[in-house]
Amino acid sequence: MEKDIIVCRDIKKAYGSGDTEVTVLKGITFSIKEGEFVAIMGPSGSGKSTLMHILGALDTPTGGEYFLDGKDVSRLSDEELADIRREKIGFVFQAFNLLPRASVLRNVSLPLVYANVPKEDRERIAAKALTDAAFPEAFWSYHSNQISGGMMQRVAIARSLVNNHALILADEPTGNLDSKTGEIVLHTFQSLNMGQGKTIVLITHEPYVARHADRIIHILDGNIVTDERNHKKLLARNEKDIPHDHT
Amino acid sequence: MTTRDLLEETYSAVTVNKVRSGLTMLGIVIGIASVIALVAVGQGSQASIQANIDSLGANLVMVLPGAARGFGTTVRSAGGSSQTLTPDDAAAIASSVSNVAAVAPEVSGRYQVIYGANNTNTSVLGTTAAYEQVRNVSIDTGNFFSDTDNAVSNRVAVIGPTVLQTLFAPSATASATPDMAIGKTIQIKGTEFTVIGVTVAKGGSGFSNQDDMIYVPLSTAQHYLLGSSAYLTEVDVEAATQDAMTQVQNDITALLLQRHNITDPTQADFNVLNQASIVSTASSVTGTFTTLLAAIAAISLLVGGIGIMNMMLTTVTERTREIGLRKAIGAKKQDITLQFLAESVMLTFTGGLIGIVLGWLAAAIISLVTGIATSVSIPYILLAFFVSAAIGIIFGYYPARRAAGLNPIEALRYE
Repeated sequence: MEKDIIVCRDIKKAYGSGDTEVTVLKGITFSIKEGEFVAIMGPSGSGKSTLMHILGALDTPTGGEYFLDGKDVSRLSDEELADIRREKIGFVFQAFNLLPRASVLRNVSLPLVYANVPKEDRERIAAKALTDAAFPEAFWSYHSNQISGGMMQRVAIARSLVNNHALILADEPTGNLDSKTGEIVLHTFQSLNMGQGKTIVLITHEPYVARHADRIIHILDGNIVTDERNHKKLLARNEKDIPHDHT
Repeated sequence: MTTRDLLEETYSAVTVNKVRSGLTMLGIVIGIASVIALVAVGQGSQASIQANIDSLGANLVMVLPGAARGFGTTVRSAGGSSQTLTPDDAAAIASSVSNVAAVAPEVSGRYQVIYGANNTNTSVLGTTAAYEQVRNVSIDTGNFFSDTDNAVSNRVAVIGPTVLQTLFAPSATASATPDMAIGKTIQIKGTEFTVIGVTVAKGGSGFSNQDDMIYVPLSTAQHYLLGSSAYLTEVDVEAATQDAMTQVQNDITALLLQRHNITDPTQADFNVLNQASIVSTASSVTGTFTTLLAAIAAISLLVGGIGIMNMMLTTVTERTREIGLRKAIGAKKQDITLQFLAESVMLTFTGGLIGIVLGWLAAAIISLVTGIATSVSIPYILLAFFVSAAIGIIFGYYPARRAAGLNPIEALRYE
């Protein structure tokens, strides 16, 4: 494992002020190295969504420092955060968030439009991302509202790959899927992590989802309670015993 | 984001909901079409009134008998029937007012006119040869009468095309040619006149129909038609140049006041009208009319603009999650603003284009059906074009800013 992609030092986040101030994150410190597959777990209200927003440069902390790929992003303006998101982070959301009535290819190419990638290159990059996300080519020209939920999420994963980001941030990616399609999506993440060395941070409240990661960070009431290696999975990895029959 | 990407995004967004986009656009289509059509009607009327006044004759100053406008203490009878202008007045104007190119004294009346089995009741105007020049009379076939005809009271007549058709048409459906009339003898008030010329059709002037008219020499009219009356119904004076018109008008007023022994100008027993003042009055009336029509049309354009804003706000709300996603993957505020502005401008611009075509068609149909002249002017089309784009920007700006200002976290969560 090489350099640190994420470094969080004493991250605090409070909403409101004075008597009504609510502290959601009470000083979170951890780091994630390049190529890691980390699950952040916690029940609702634990602050994991707030942490995810900060990690995703959608929001800034009220205290502490956050370095993403060597750059301090904890004190940036909205417009600078937009640049960081475009250049560094690929998002996968629970609700897929695809453009309806737009083709799969166009959905995957969308981040390239904002990154000013020339039109000639977009289709090639999008096609590669779809292949990497194990999305069947027969459906590339379908509209995104004509395909199943599991496929939609793999389109979203492909979309998070196109800009070759430092980090893929997945917020409850299986929350809207049944357990079988959820497994397929999780295996897609696993193979991206192992095959291409993608750094993946997965936010979830379900233990079976977290079990796919190498490392699990538990959050409760705005604090990290445990941060441990997922030995069972690491063992499996070492023995090259990852089941592929689900796909 | 390149301009081409922006246009593609916009095109697909607008065409996703074709019915709604179409209906929203309709407001702008109707607005722009009515601006184009109504202004075309207004300007067309203005142009045709102007042309009619111009056809009266160039640099025309008209002297009419009757009281000048003033407080109603005059004992004279109503204008037109007043008997205050004499041929001597006309002669004095010709000889002592400078910058006068020609003077045409006139007498007129309506008489029964007979040719064969046909008869009509029409205006007969007695005047001098100068009338042809002063009032721009164009002769189709034959000649206008000469000063000699006037001097010896020849019974010759020049007839208008309407009179020609009424008296000489072989049947109700066939049209008469001028050759059928030249040299023929018609009876006016029982007196025989020889037709020596037919005028070119001019159309109504707004004051009188110059086509339904018979011209005869002044002295002949006085001898055979009016009895002994020596009073004129009008004196038309042509000023030498347009610049001289005011001077000619003022000099005629002064001369006639002196000749009629009137010291108080408000008690004048004649009116001197200047063609330029008629033109300016008429064009100010039609100008107001055009402005009024444009204002009505502008209101419908405003309503169309509000429709655009309404739809854009709905669109922004509907697409909140899409906006959240675009922001999450790195779209800046400016990208979002431009995207929604482009959508509203595309709607109004397309609506404007369709509106211009429809307005043009409407103007053509209006002039075809009602006969009202219309004139679609290029500056107004360009104006309509820019106005429709401006409406898109003005009414699209607030929804676009609202979209751009959305918090990405809340937008992504929006249900």
